[in-house]
Amino acid sequence: MMGPEIASGFDSPPEREEMESLALSDASASAYRSAMSSIPASISASSDGDPLLAPPPTLHFPISSSASGHGGNPATSTASSFLDPPSYADVVFSPFNSHNGHGGCGSGADNGSLLRSDSSPRSARAAKSDYIKISVSNPHKEQETANSLVPGGGTYFTYLITTRMRSGFASNGDGESEPVEFGVRRRFRDVVTLSDRLAEAYRGFFIPPRPDKSVVESQVLQKNEFVEQRRSALEKYLWRLAEHPVIGKSDEFRVFLQAKGKLPLPTTTDVASRMLDGAVRLPKQLFGEGAAAQVVPQEVVQPAKGGRDLLRIFKELKQAVTNEWGGVKPLLVEEDKEFLEKKEKMQDLEQQLSSASQQAEVLVNGQQSIGETMGEIGLAFIKLTKFETEEAVYSSQRIRAADTKNVATAAVKASRLYRELNAQTVKHLDTLHEHLGLMLAVNSAFSERTSALLTVQTLMSDLTTLNTRVDKLEAASSKIFGGDRSRLHKIEELRETIRVTEDAKGCAIREYERIKENNRNELNRLDQERKDDFLSMLKGFVINQVAYSEKLANVWATVAEDTSTYVRGNS
Amino acid sequence: MSALGGGGGALRNASTALAISSTESFAGTPSCHTKRVRRPPGSFYWLHAVTPAPPLDTTTLKQLVFVSDYAESMIPPEIGPQKSSSQSPRSPSGAPFLSISVTDPVKLGNGVQAYISYRVITKTNLPEFQGPEKIVIRRYSDFVWLHDKLADKYKGIFIPPLPEKSAVEKFRFSAEFIEMRRQALDIFVNRIASHPELKQSEDLKTFLEEDEEAMERIRSFETGIFKKPADLLQMFKDVQTKVTDVVLGKEKPVEETDPEYEKLKHYIFGLEDHLTETQKQAVRLVKRHRELGQSLSEFGKAIKLLGACEGDSLGKVFAELGSKSELLSIKLQKEAHNLLMNFEEPLKDYVRCVQSIKDSFSHRANAFRLHCELTETTKLKEINLEKLNLMRSDKTREAEIEYRELKAESEEATRRFETIIKRMNEEIVRFQEQKTAEMGLAFHLFAKGQAKLANDIADAWRNVLTKIEAYSLSSGHD
Repeated sequence: MMGPEIASGFDSPPEREEMESLALSDASASAYRSAMSSIPASISASSDGDPLLAPPPTLHFPISSSASGHGGNPATSTASSFLDPPSYADVVFSPFNSHNGHGGCGSGADNGSLLRSDSSPRSARAAKSDYIKISVSNPHKEQETANSLVPGGGTYFTYLITTRMRSGFASNGDGESEPVEFGVRRRFRDVVTLSDRLAEAYRGFFIPPRPDKSVVESQVLQKNEFVEQRRSALEKYLWRLAEHPVIGKSDEFRVFLQAKGKLPLPTTTDVASRMLDGAVRLPKQLFGEGAAAQVVPQEVVQPAKGGRDLLRIFKELKQAVTNEWGGVKPLLVEEDKEFLEKKEKMQDLEQQLSSASQQAEVLVNGQQSIGETMGEIGLAFIKLTKFETEEAVYSSQRIRAADTKNVATAAVKASRLYRELNAQTVKHLDTLHEHLGLMLAVNSAFSERTSALLTVQTLMSDLTTLNTRVDKLEAASSKIFGGDRSRLHKIEELRETIRVTEDAKGCAIREYERIKENNRNELNRLDQERKDDFLSMLKGFVINQVAYSEKLANVWATVAEDTSTYVRGNS
Repeated sequence: MSALGGGGGALRNASTALAISSTESFAGTPSCHTKRVRRPPGSFYWLHAVTPAPPLDTTTLKQLVFVSDYAESMIPPEIGPQKSSSQSPRSPSGAPFLSISVTDPVKLGNGVQAYISYRVITKTNLPEFQGPEKIVIRRYSDFVWLHDKLADKYKGIFIPPLPEKSAVEKFRFSAEFIEMRRQALDIFVNRIASHPELKQSEDLKTFLEEDEEAMERIRSFETGIFKKPADLLQMFKDVQTKVTDVVLGKEKPVEETDPEYEKLKHYIFGLEDHLTETQKQAVRLVKRHRELGQSLSEFGKAIKLLGACEGDSLGKVFAELGSKSELLSIKLQKEAHNLLMNFEEPLKDYVRCVQSIKDSFSHRANAFRLHCELTETTKLKEINLEKLNLMRSDKTREAEIEYRELKAESEEATRRFETIIKRMNEEIVRFQEQKTAEMGLAFHLFAKGQAKLANDIADAWRNVLTKIEAYSLSSGHD
């Protein structure tokens, strides 16, 4: 019943006046008509045939076509682009989803690519990235080839990920002037792999958090509802990665988006087998047999986790406990005052962000229900009008029916405006949620820093121990003339270990410094981005409030004018 | 509504609020325990002069400005001008007028016996009244008395409805409830005073002019053992009818089958359903305004705190947004109040009016039944009399007297029934015209309030927008 508006609403970003007429005459009139015409139905079908609340049949529309406008039209970052064309697509939206802190909390009709095409700093940021378009679409059910351990869990969904890159950025860049487009099919597990790989390779960066596995939702939600939620969450996630100045250019990300067929990124061995490996190696390490006890320099750049190296975990844990309880000052401590202050500030920010985004959610809900109730009032008046018109005996009844119809029309219009406004509000205040999600990334980057520091600390205290042992052995062997061969041999061995550990320490310190540097850069970047995002959020929020309130005021002022004859002394 | 009138309303209502709160402190006084407090004439002056007045917070004062818009406009035009322009009863035009206002609700007594009393001020130049101005103290049950008297005496007239008897105990003495009831009572008496027939009622005069003790005497006399003898008679007759019905095998009570009347009934019942639904939505709309106001204020606070994290001038923009949110929250609360008083309450009153029409349906049905029965019985008696006449019985004389009496009674019943029909036909026209005007006004105030709210919101945010733009220029953003 609302088909044509969907098509017309998205042609171009119309000017204000154009929009006004579109909203007030065309679209709302038809909404009113449809509401009017469906009264008999809704009366007979009691309450559930409410024409105001019925969503358009299509929930999301072809993403590729709507998103492609962004690339061809870089001038969308003007203020007027805050005012999106009023369309029924905007009216349909899902309210904030509180279960899913960072993903899926936008408007359902806004797929990620659209979201990016309208707010200025963001589209500026998107323009800096190599990607013109990223879309996740076409979810497809597949059968697990290998026998699954879980009975019945043999199916999964793959999504078509289509990207278009700016010319010259593509990895096969052979100087084509045309933008290059890629299309790959990925499943959620691949996204997990990507995010794990990124987490390993880019320690200290604020890596946008990946959508939850949401095991519970997958059981509770309707299948297609769940898939749609995941689809839009994935799209958002990929856009965030693409906009990151470092991650967006990373090989991992490119491979994920471009490599045809199965994802070539090596999956990090899953936890169970890691544990097995670790357990096998453990006895050797404990007994200090051979080189197994030595920390391989390359490995210290990785955080000790996942049971690959149980001994290291034990050692670092012991170090952490010592740091915490021992009262012994470790050899290297976090003494970056600026960083510590910053960290505290970020914690405060996180808290305020969390409460602000909660309040934003309440506000949005309030705005939505006032719109709904306004619509219901309108509907009640429409029914009353119809009733009075049918039953009218006296002219006064007909006059009243006409007045009632006037108010009903205005209420329905107002209801629509409220809902459009709310869709815009959701879109802009979503920035709060998004930054709250980013705080997760910040926290994990900080903990990378802590764990890198812990590695350094552990290695340093290891070295101290080793040196003490060497000194003792040397002292002991010097007492025996000619030296104790076995002791000398032991000393040699220890020296070798010290050398390797020194190397490892060097590596670890470099890694730590690198992470520190990354932290610093990322903090600066985030500060700037947040300022830009917040500014655009405020602007978008306020502009929409002004515009829609003006329209609401017009709607009601007309009714007030028409009914002013009823005020005594004014007639 | 003129600015002058609105201002006057505010003043009057402010003093109302003062009066309520000032007497709250007297609730504990033991002298208020008697069932109906003896109030020596003029006692309210003492009550009303209580000082010092507790401080009124400004929002309540402002909110109350809205109150009288609807109420004052409800007063029919023929008596209106005197009320709003000058308080002098000596109208220069000399046209007859009767203007009543219900003011100054005061809480008296305490606990379950607590009640609200009102000053009922009558200004008139009608010769039937004692003087140009009279002030009496009345409580809700006095209004009920007047209503019941009129309903009993003027069957077929749609007696103006009273506000609901009981509210939830918690809200019974809330300022909002008291004010709403005061407004509704004011409308109630003024509707009576402007009704061509009802305004001539002796009961209205009693209600407006008798002092409190006389009023009480009249009421207690009527509510005594001899309470409403007419009703007892009616009850007796009803029982008798039922017995006759059963004996004669007439299970179904007699009903009118006039198609036009059927149509009217159908209309009124349908109207009640629609209005009830609409009024329910209006209540929800008021609630939604309050909730949105609440969440906007919370949002504003959170935004301010978030802005504090950002520090610099962007923080100031946040703070600006936050304080405007809080400001708009107040506007939303005000509009909620406006909606309640000027939109929801008229709708509720509409429902009540429809219910009072339904009351007259039952009066009409009773009158019709009586008329039918008496006609029937009279016919039987007539046949009987003819028989006796033929038989030249001794009982002829007695039977003839009986027949004559019955015939007179029957004619009286028919006349009464016809009066009800005539009245109802006139009343329905009046009702429709009145409601068109009243709903028109309610629509106007609703639309005006919404437009004002939307304009306020637009203005507030536009203000923030200039600040945001200034900030983006200064910080080099585009």
